Amino acid sequence: MTVYALFLGCTIPARQPHYELSARKALTKLGIELVDLEGMTCCAPPPLQSIDLETSLAIAANNICIAEEADLNIVTLCTGCFESLAMANTLLKEKPELKARVNKILSSAGKEFKGNKEVRHYLQVLMEDVGLNRIKQSVIKPLNKLKVAAFSGCHLLRPSELLRFDDPERPRIFDTLIEALEAKSIWYKNKLKCCGGLLRGYADDVALAIARDKIVNASSAGADCIATLCPFCFLTLDLGQMLIKTTYKEEYNMPIIHYAELLSLSLGVEPKELALDFHKVKIDKLLEKIG
Amino acid sequence: MAEERQEKVTTVEFYKEITSKLGGETITFCYQCGTCASSCPVAKITDRFNPRQVIRLALLGQREEVLTNGAIWLCSSCYNCQERCPQKVEIADVIYALRNIAISEGNIPNIYAEFANALLSEGRIVPISKFLEKKRADYGLPPLKPAGIESLKKILSATGFDKIMPKKGESP
Repeated sequence: MTVYALFLGCTIPARQPHYELSARKALTKLGIELVDLEGMTCCAPPPLQSIDLETSLAIAANNICIAEEADLNIVTLCTGCFESLAMANTLLKEKPELKARVNKILSSAGKEFKGNKEVRHYLQVLMEDVGLNRIKQSVIKPLNKLKVAAFSGCHLLRPSELLRFDDPERPRIFDTLIEALEAKSIWYKNKLKCCGGLLRGYADDVALAIARDKIVNASSAGADCIATLCPFCFLTLDLGQMLIKTTYKEEYNMPIIHYAELLSLSLGVEPKELALDFHKVKIDKLLEKIG
Repeated sequence: MAEERQEKVTTVEFYKEITSKLGGETITFCYQCGTCASSCPVAKITDRFNPRQVIRLALLGQREEVLTNGAIWLCSSCYNCQERCPQKVEIADVIYALRNIAISEGNIPNIYAEFANALLSEGRIVPISKFLEKKRADYGLPPLKPAGIESLKKILSATGFDKIMPKKGESP
């Protein structure tokens, strides 16, 4: 059994139990043991990086230190957490001067970043630790009637120089994992473009216009749903459709669903075990189609 | 003549200030090709933000304009521009450096101040409600492990992050 420290971050446990539930259930079924460590904090995502980059690196490094002390690699669900932690991990492992600066800050809390652990997104764990064959063999309910618009979110892929997850312009990993469940991963316009989520709260009009584009493009391509990995993308596109309805007087009813939920459903987890009532755009029709 | 010289001094000082900040190191590599602007999802929607212009103004030494005209807060941090920049300007990181400078002078948008306050008090930027705690238990999710608030506070005080607070009524 492969063991990981689960880094949950802030948004998933506080707002999206459907993501956490489905991810825990699916990963456990596929032989991954998840350990919840005490002391982890916020990952220090873009809003905190905007306030102070150096502090943000230290906050990310402090979280990695906790995994180092427990001798575990980290797995994240949220792509935002993945970006903050993986970026810090790579930078500090490869830039000794920066590592020294951050370790000076960490010493105030009696911590030291050593740089002997990996930060991985759960898609990497699925690809590399579980393997496509095992996933395909574990599928009980094939999703072969679904056309899925994959939307990984920006921070799974970029900045690719530090995250090293997949080709930033022609990524394949997410689509491959969708197709492992026998669903069709479809192409749609501006597939790799941002959802605008990080502008929510500062420039809501701009954020909503960007989110609307995403929904329109997936809709015109005939998608049954948009599959997400990031809780912020989910919120922006799911709750966003309620705002699109009031602002633009348009209704798309495009189900937004985390990949972990699709995975759980195809592995045979019952919908009632998955807290699906946390979806604003109802996914009943999607569930009917899955069967 | 005197005015011209004054302008040059300002220019030199601002780009040096930016390149000395974490994230800002590569700003001077820019040759204004505009690949960033054409890759930007925000610039497609609104003319209030154009990454090429932000960099141009910064390199021209328009410190006040760059830090206060609101554009730097409209970057969605998607890194599309940075990924494609032929000069390897780390554009999204340059924007962070500019935001860091603006915020260190008390120019902090409300939404960021809210996140900072939540971080300082809870260790998380999205605190968990009683309702969600109960929901988690109902669904059989384990209780959320306590955040390491004591260590975090020491780190935030070591960098002075805990002193960064918005000046009332001055949020952009």
